[in-house]
Amino acid sequence: MNLGTTDFRRIVAFGGVYNNYLALTALLREVSRLQPDAIFCLGDLGAFGPHPNRVYPLLIEGRVQVVQGNYDNSIGHDLQDCQCGYTDPRDNYFAQISYDYTLAHTSPEFKAYQRGLPPFIRFTALGCRVLLCHGSPRKTNEFLWETATPDHFLEKLFHDYAADVILATHTGIKWQRRLAGNKLFANVGVIGRPENDGHTNVWYSTVEFTPAVKVEYHPLAYDHLRLAREMAEEKLPQEFIDTVLTGWWTTCLEILPGKERSRGKF
Amino acid sequence: MPAAKVEFVQPLSAAPRVPLHQLDALWLQVGGTICNLWCTHCFISCSPKNHSFGFMSRRQVREYLAESVRLGVKEYYFTGGEPFMNREMLGILSDTLALGPASVLSNGLLLSPQTARALQQMAADSPYTLELRLSLDGFSAATNDPIRGSGTFRRALQGVANLVQAGFLPIITCMQSWPEHEHDQVLAGFREALAALGYTRPRLKILPQLRLGREAERERGYLPVERVTPEMMEGYDTGLLLCSSSRIATDRGVFVCPILIEKPDAKLGDSLAEALRPFPMRHQACYTCYLSGAICSNYAPARDA
Repeated sequence: MNLGTTDFRRIVAFGGVYNNYLALTALLREVSRLQPDAIFCLGDLGAFGPHPNRVYPLLIEGRVQVVQGNYDNSIGHDLQDCQCGYTDPRDNYFAQISYDYTLAHTSPEFKAYQRGLPPFIRFTALGCRVLLCHGSPRKTNEFLWETATPDHFLEKLFHDYAADVILATHTGIKWQRRLAGNKLFANVGVIGRPENDGHTNVWYSTVEFTPAVKVEYHPLAYDHLRLAREMAEEKLPQEFIDTVLTGWWTTCLEILPGKERSRGKF
Repeated sequence: MPAAKVEFVQPLSAAPRVPLHQLDALWLQVGGTICNLWCTHCFISCSPKNHSFGFMSRRQVREYLAESVRLGVKEYYFTGGEPFMNREMLGILSDTLALGPASVLSNGLLLSPQTARALQQMAADSPYTLELRLSLDGFSAATNDPIRGSGTFRRALQGVANLVQAGFLPIITCMQSWPEHEHDQVLAGFREALAALGYTRPRLKILPQLRLGREAERERGYLPVERVTPEMMEGYDTGLLLCSSSRIATDRGVFVCPILIEKPDAKLGDSLAEALRPFPMRHQACYTCYLSGAICSNYAPARDA
């Protein structure tokens, strides 16, 4: 989807809602204060948390423009798994619990919505060509970690996909890198679960289009105790609940590069 | 059925061809086929006496690294033989970590506390991750040493301990030589053995058997039916295969993948640019990759979504 040339000066971008409608509610409250020119979610609406269908009306009411994530593609097409690309059996075990729950509790209307989402969104702001995607511009479920993504690889992406700024998510841990020629890659973070740092807040981004594009990260507090309570009521795994309560990832860890893994507790 | 003694190679016309989607991973056979061990399952029969491939020099590696930057390569893997037998290995890693993430596949026997600390300093100085993948083939001397050699379990564990003490989370790699029903018990055994030396959150990577080299003698080679046919590739995501996203440079040119360096037809050229062409899955080892995906990578590549 190409929005063409826009007059955007400031946008809000975030990824990975993971059914966390409470964090999305808190974010939309923040957004009403920030008054950005547009709000973008970079995909993965489902997974992990409770009550998938509560996310849908919030996205509509909040006028959030959404890129399709691998989860949305799977749920939208009633596939058998999330296409997250885990290789570890334990990671896959928990990913499947999460997926089966979300698939079973997503309405046909919400599935149709997810099926119809664009795999990427482009626009130009202040002469800057911006590409919004889920994993990478070339692959929805590609993990681009900070310590495993070389500059020259990013330069190739900027060249191959004719972009000056690429915004992505998928990994669940935010990072950004500026390259020569005023190119900027930024992982915008996720609002669905904390980012394995021992804090219960989640993160979203604001992107300002000035002559030098600026991406800033903002911690977002939400009612995580209520989320944990509802997850327990829905009989979601205690491991997931522990993550919400402690800020440390307990599952889906084997995909992390060594440096990112070392920073976590497990 | 008796084991196949001779590897079946499909005629070119019958072999499905795998295009290189993009060169994401550059492997470097820095240790050649020279190793300090004689493991009974080594699929390229590496040993102190196998000089089919020699050590790569730091200069040679630098040339491939320079070419890889132009091609947008995403990650670097170092293998052998034993990479740390190459006296230029630390310099090679230093050059690499200035450019991107690196993984070294080692048997761990040469990882002294000093080397582990030097590696950790190098990793700390780089924005990129340095992964150390250490091979064990059992969680005890009784299960490991018959495959890797007498005393290797104790010495490899010391290498793991040195890395852990230096701050690494090494990936412990193991070829699956046990029946499926023992899998959980074996993994628990690994976790217990590693925890005993202070490695309490181990990263484990279990590899399938590659029925080539000494492994073909140890257990069995491939059966004639174990090969990839064009029909099997219908609807198959070739992105799962290592040969769709990587190549391996050696001191004797560039080959399609780390498993096939001894196959003459697997050499694709002397430069990476010459090696960017499709490769036919005509070898029986390709069958293992077909079943298991990109087994050599730290992580499987992203599937089509």
